[in-house]
Amino acid sequence: MAGAGGGNCDVQWCFSQVKGSIDDDVAEADIISTVEFNHSGELLATGDKGGRVVIFQQEPESKNQPQCRGEYNVYSTFQSHEPEFDYLKSLEIEEKINKIRWLPQKNAAQFLLSTNDKTIKLWKISERDKRPEGYNLKEEDGRYRDLNTVTTLRVPVFRPMDLMVEASPRRVFANAHTYHINSTSVNSDCETYLSADDLRINLWHLEITDRSFNIVDIKPANMEELTEVITAAEFHPNQCNTFVYSSSKGTIRMCDMRASALCDKHAKMFEEPEDPNNRSFFSEIISSISDVKFSHSGRYMMTRDYLSVKIWDLNMETRPVETYQVHEYLRSKLCSLYENDCIFDKFECCWNGNDSVVMTGSYNNFFRMFDRGYRQDVTLEASRENSKPRSVLKPRKVSTGGKRKKDEISVDSLDFNKKILHTAWHPLDNIIAVATTNNLYIFEEKLN
Amino acid sequence: MSGDNEDTQTADDSQEVQDKVISPEKAEEAKLKARYPNLGNKPGGSDLLRKRLQKGQKYFDSGDYNMAKAKIKNKQLPTAAPEKTEITGDHIPTPQDLPQRKPSLVASKLAG
Repeated sequence: MAGAGGGNCDVQWCFSQVKGSIDDDVAEADIISTVEFNHSGELLATGDKGGRVVIFQQEPESKNQPQCRGEYNVYSTFQSHEPEFDYLKSLEIEEKINKIRWLPQKNAAQFLLSTNDKTIKLWKISERDKRPEGYNLKEEDGRYRDLNTVTTLRVPVFRPMDLMVEASPRRVFANAHTYHINSTSVNSDCETYLSADDLRINLWHLEITDRSFNIVDIKPANMEELTEVITAAEFHPNQCNTFVYSSSKGTIRMCDMRASALCDKHAKMFEEPEDPNNRSFFSEIISSISDVKFSHSGRYMMTRDYLSVKIWDLNMETRPVETYQVHEYLRSKLCSLYENDCIFDKFECCWNGNDSVVMTGSYNNFFRMFDRGYRQDVTLEASRENSKPRSVLKPRKVSTGGKRKKDEISVDSLDFNKKILHTAWHPLDNIIAVATTNNLYIFEEKLN
Repeated sequence: MSGDNEDTQTADDSQEVQDKVISPEKAEEAKLKARYPNLGNKPGGSDLLRKRLQKGQKYFDSGDYNMAKAKIKNKQLPTAAPEKTEITGDHIPTPQDLPQRKPSLVASKLAG
């Protein structure tokens, strides 16, 4: 098989690990709200509705079992955000972590940006494996020594200690967003980042917390005229002047920060023309883009709307180059999905390391992968029933017609409370992290 | 003549059938409009978006609350309906209506 991250047609996925409680009774705080690998894939961060961040670290490959990739174990966990109440606006501010973004590693410490609806925080995660011993004036436990007992002088030395991982908030970027933050994205210059809310996008410098520049503002003078909101934004992976933002109307605007300080005028607008005959009450709602992600190469971008995943060539604004149906069978269920609010679910999407496969979640704890080269797709399920170590995941199928084959599941039996909104793909290897409501599954490629 | 009429009728019928076959979305839309006849025609319009922008808004005014308490001395305060979505308007919100903020937070079960 070709190198890591290659085409998917011959990849078999097997269960590796699952994190979280088996309890059916899910506490709201335990609902996972974001999942993100760092740039090397060694660390995997999750954020939840309770404002907590848990970071897992991959164990180095053992020499005994070279074909088993290392397991992910807890590395650090901390409370990133707390619930707040804005008394002036009578607004409750949730502590739910909306996004985590890792900074590229520059030294021994790791840095990540985590954000809730209103405040972004830069966290430093560092290791301590040595401690100073042999002070002259203090005992080992910190108590001061009686000076009369000090008869000799010694030089304190560093001695090894059990590894301690510390997380500390280094910067707090607050008070810059009137509306709810949906995205953050670190620039390729590693100095700046953007944060986007429903109506505005701000540019920050990682070192400066008391000031940020507004670069996009789509708030209408009269709020009655509001027709669309910003749903996601991302910086280009290697062009530090370029970013995109998606809207609730299914458009993506690409902006160039060199053109002007305020990027309200887009450089490019990506929109697929709609057939006016097919327009319905639901058209705009299901066209709302819930996620936008550049490919690693920077040549393409992917968008996720309610029923499909679309790949766009940045050189062509008129229509996507590829469209993949995630769960087309839901089109005839839109009425009930509107009534139970599921039609507003925000699914994310991700690329594999070499941009040959894309992945996104669905209902019933199903998730889908689309191989762009081989034009194949597969539906897999994250469930405790398939959680024997290294058991291969069997492809699942939803039956749409009247006849249901033996292993298929009918559309009406799908559990719409079991949604997979957040997935992440290791940047180099075929290892994926899939979040169900309150569990994190790690699957990897079966290696012989 | 009658032959022509029949032809047109069949054409219309098949167009209707085609509509339903081609567009399950339109069929779903019809279902929705049947259930909620007052539904406006602007689904993505400002109403929906403004509701989205207002997430997290709580309405509690201690002044209102104390005034109401003073007025309705012995009677019960009007309380919120069981399925409250936004507490505003007709009744006086009480501190009990507003969902409690969680007390001190415990460690994530993912780390357990």
